[in-house]
Amino acid sequence: MKKLAAGALCLALLWLLQALLMPKYMTSTPEGAMIREYYDSAGDHNVIFTGDCEVYENFSPVTLWEEHGINAWIRGSPQQTIWQSYYLMEETLEYETPDVMVYNVFAMCYDTPESTGSQSRREAYNRITLDGMKWSFSKWKAVQASLTEEEKQWEGILTYLFPILRFHDRWAQLTKEDVTYLFHRDTVTYNGYLMQTGVKPMTEAHVTAPRADYTFGENSWYYLEKMAALCRDHGVQLVLIKSPTLYPAWWPEWESQIEDFAREQNLLYVNMLEYQQELGIDWNQDTYDTGLHLNVYGAEKASRWFGRILAEECGVPDRRGEKELSAQWEQTIQQYQRQKAEAKEETQ
Amino acid sequence: METLASILSELHPEVDFSLDHRLIEEGILDSFDIVTLVSEIDDRFGVVIPAQELTPENFASVRTLYNLIVKLKEN
Amino acid sequence: MGFTTVKFALFFLALLIVYYRLPGKGQRAVLLAGSWCFALADGWRSLLMLLTTTVTAWAAGYVMGENQSCLGGKKARAANRPWMAGWTILNLTVLVLWKLCQSETASRALAGGDMAFLTRGLPLGISFYTLQAMSYVLDVYQGKVEPEKNFLKLALFTGFFPQLVQGPISRYGQLGNQFGERRDYEKKQVSFGMQRMLWGSFKKLVIADRMAVAVTALKDPQYTGGAFFLLTLFYAVQIYADFTGGIDMALGAAQAFGVTLPENFIHPFFSKNIAEYWRRWHATLGGWMKEYVFYPVSVSAPVRRLSKAARKKWPGFGKRLPVYGATLVTWLATGLWHGVTPNFVVWGMLNCLVIVISQELTPLYRKFHSRFRWKEKGWYGGFEMVRMFLLMNLIRACDLFPNVGEYFRRLGSLFTGFSLSDFACLDQLGLTALDYGILLAGVAVMAAVSLVQVKQGSIREKLWRRPVLRLALGFGLFLTVLLMGWYGVGYEAGDFIYNQF
Repeated sequence: MKKLAAGALCLALLWLLQALLMPKYMTSTPEGAMIREYYDSAGDHNVIFTGDCEVYENFSPVTLWEEHGINAWIRGSPQQTIWQSYYLMEETLEYETPDVMVYNVFAMCYDTPESTGSQSRREAYNRITLDGMKWSFSKWKAVQASLTEEEKQWEGILTYLFPILRFHDRWAQLTKEDVTYLFHRDTVTYNGYLMQTGVKPMTEAHVTAPRADYTFGENSWYYLEKMAALCRDHGVQLVLIKSPTLYPAWWPEWESQIEDFAREQNLLYVNMLEYQQELGIDWNQDTYDTGLHLNVYGAEKASRWFGRILAEECGVPDRRGEKELSAQWEQTIQQYQRQKAEAKEETQ
Repeated sequence: METLASILSELHPEVDFSLDHRLIEEGILDSFDIVTLVSEIDDRFGVVIPAQELTPENFASVRTLYNLIVKLKEN
Repeated sequence: MGFTTVKFALFFLALLIVYYRLPGKGQRAVLLAGSWCFALADGWRSLLMLLTTTVTAWAAGYVMGENQSCLGGKKARAANRPWMAGWTILNLTVLVLWKLCQSETASRALAGGDMAFLTRGLPLGISFYTLQAMSYVLDVYQGKVEPEKNFLKLALFTGFFPQLVQGPISRYGQLGNQFGERRDYEKKQVSFGMQRMLWGSFKKLVIADRMAVAVTALKDPQYTGGAFFLLTLFYAVQIYADFTGGIDMALGAAQAFGVTLPENFIHPFFSKNIAEYWRRWHATLGGWMKEYVFYPVSVSAPVRRLSKAARKKWPGFGKRLPVYGATLVTWLATGLWHGVTPNFVVWGMLNCLVIVISQELTPLYRKFHSRFRWKEKGWYGGFEMVRMFLLMNLIRACDLFPNVGEYFRRLGSLFTGFSLSDFACLDQLGLTALDYGILLAGVAVMAAVSLVQVKQGSIREKLWRRPVLRLALGFGLFLTVLLMGWYGVGYEAGDFIYNQF
């Protein structure tokens, strides 16, 4: 009995240390806090988005609710790869079965972990997506898929199951933030939407160097097909989109491959780049970083337009009549409007 | 036996050698001393101690070393 | 599979559980299978070489044993000589060839060809088990040990996994029989073994691997004078923590399986002279060299003849000549064993030189000490230790420079260009003030532990009756390794660039 107690004490201490050493992503890099926010409100969403910054910056669930009564959540994270999106979907289905899953296809151009950038960069993004996930078999598989052959040693994999092994030497850099947020986090998103209020007009067109080969890789296709099958098996409608931001470039060769795939699989595919006029995006007003991402004004326009597709073409129900849900949304909206208003004051 | 003791005294004048002094255990003899001893014994007794007899047991004390020499001389 | 990897931890625990759970005689087979898997994890080459040495040593021993029982005495010896010599020459040649293949010239010559596999590092443990197997064959030849009929026992002697990484070098008489009988689970043994492994990983991960960063940086040609002094000091810390840490893990792992391997380090930095230092540092190699190189050479017929001739010419010095000759050969062999490169030969010769000089100066020292009675004073011992430590640091640094000329250039700069301002380089070596603090504290802990062990004996034994303190210290040490260990990747997500996701 005594031994058991001592063991439990040691484990508790280790757990506490891990909680202390993990980066909190509260005062800087809030992108790192997004994935874990989902779990508290999981259970009742009608639409789940997955994908990279082109989803969590370009769509605002608040607008989807206000305009169309759609209860949506965005499970996005920076440079989220397709295998990560797939396993996030798989994990989501453990918590709830939405009507529609929306996937932004831009990440199809990253075929392997190696192709997503230098090791340190890739590691930083993997952390931001994977460390926020709860322990599950899906997470385990997501980790396996995210590591390069070289990183796929026990050492590498274990650091994702026990992040203390990764952040063990962070004790020298601890700040007050790490103590304040030891047991809880503030909410940084609005149902997965990370609000950006700045305005930085697109003054010139971005140029992307042409590629030698525009064929999507085998691995990307593997996961996209898995995604389609997963949704089919769970009776969820998969909607593929290309988010409306112009840069990085979306090549016509890529477009035709996705169009073919959607046709074959009988999926709805919406390339929002083709509806710039209808969306009404003004590249002088609606971007905070010269056209790479939309700001809140752009995201609202994109959501208004896309919400109509979800409602009309996918039959996502309008739930504004539900009292409890409306009350919940009311709170989110208040906070959302406050942040928007504060930002406006600052700029004036 | 006395000759043996005198060889040892030449090697380590600071040690007072009695018959059962534990030469190896007390760290009096090191490998250099052992090799020097072997060549001295060769010189004075005409006995060649082969490498396999260079064991801590044989060099444990003046007595064991003497026994070794007697044994080798008999063969 | 290094000792400080997760793979090893899993392998070790799994093998340990099977080992003690298995009833009857299967224990040894499991241990052998585990050991061979350990070798195999390093590649086919490693397992194949281990098997070759093991099988040939067993066969040679078997044949010599048959001869001994049929012919007996001198006849058997004569019949066994070709077997002993043949085996030794064959295995030593193979070892030397492997070592030669690691040189740059060989790598370039063999690159891309069918034989390129030869250049990809030494097979795991070959330097160690070749010497072990050789001691077995020689001991059987000389009648010091009985030839082993049981292949399993001999295979465990050469291949027992804890000693494959970096020794120690055991002898058959000491280790072989430990694989004779079944061992039942003993809590104390397993616990002691694991405690020692934890302590070893502390030395390796917290101290050695951290120190290695500065040592690597200091090898840059710009660092001379005082910076070279730092290099010798840091390298002493690194190699001590690394090597003794590795040996602690090997001996600890063996102990968990109920096997006692010989101690390899007996607090070497407390040595007062070079002969003592080499009895206490890498003791099993020194012991091996003494028994199988130094003694045989010094009593061999040619050396005896030389000695007789020399005595006549120079009565005093001539007496010592055979000893010095054998010392030279021993250190040449020791140097070459470490690596077949000029710097290791020079390193061996430097050691030899210091040994001979200090031996020649012995009478002078005796006179000196009979006049000045410093030796009886307490501080003098400390002075001798520091002197020895600094001297060995200078010699040891030779390992670091494959280019011997470069080593001597740096060594010279110590006397021509030493300046305290050279120490300012400390902040350019890739370590922070905090790292130096951890290193300083780590060294203090190692020194304190050594002192307590020397003065009061085993610390683990003392803690055995105090479970609460033991748990607290053990967990504390574990946390120290976990938090301060030099492993993993540096944290970069904090300053990552937010663009093009």
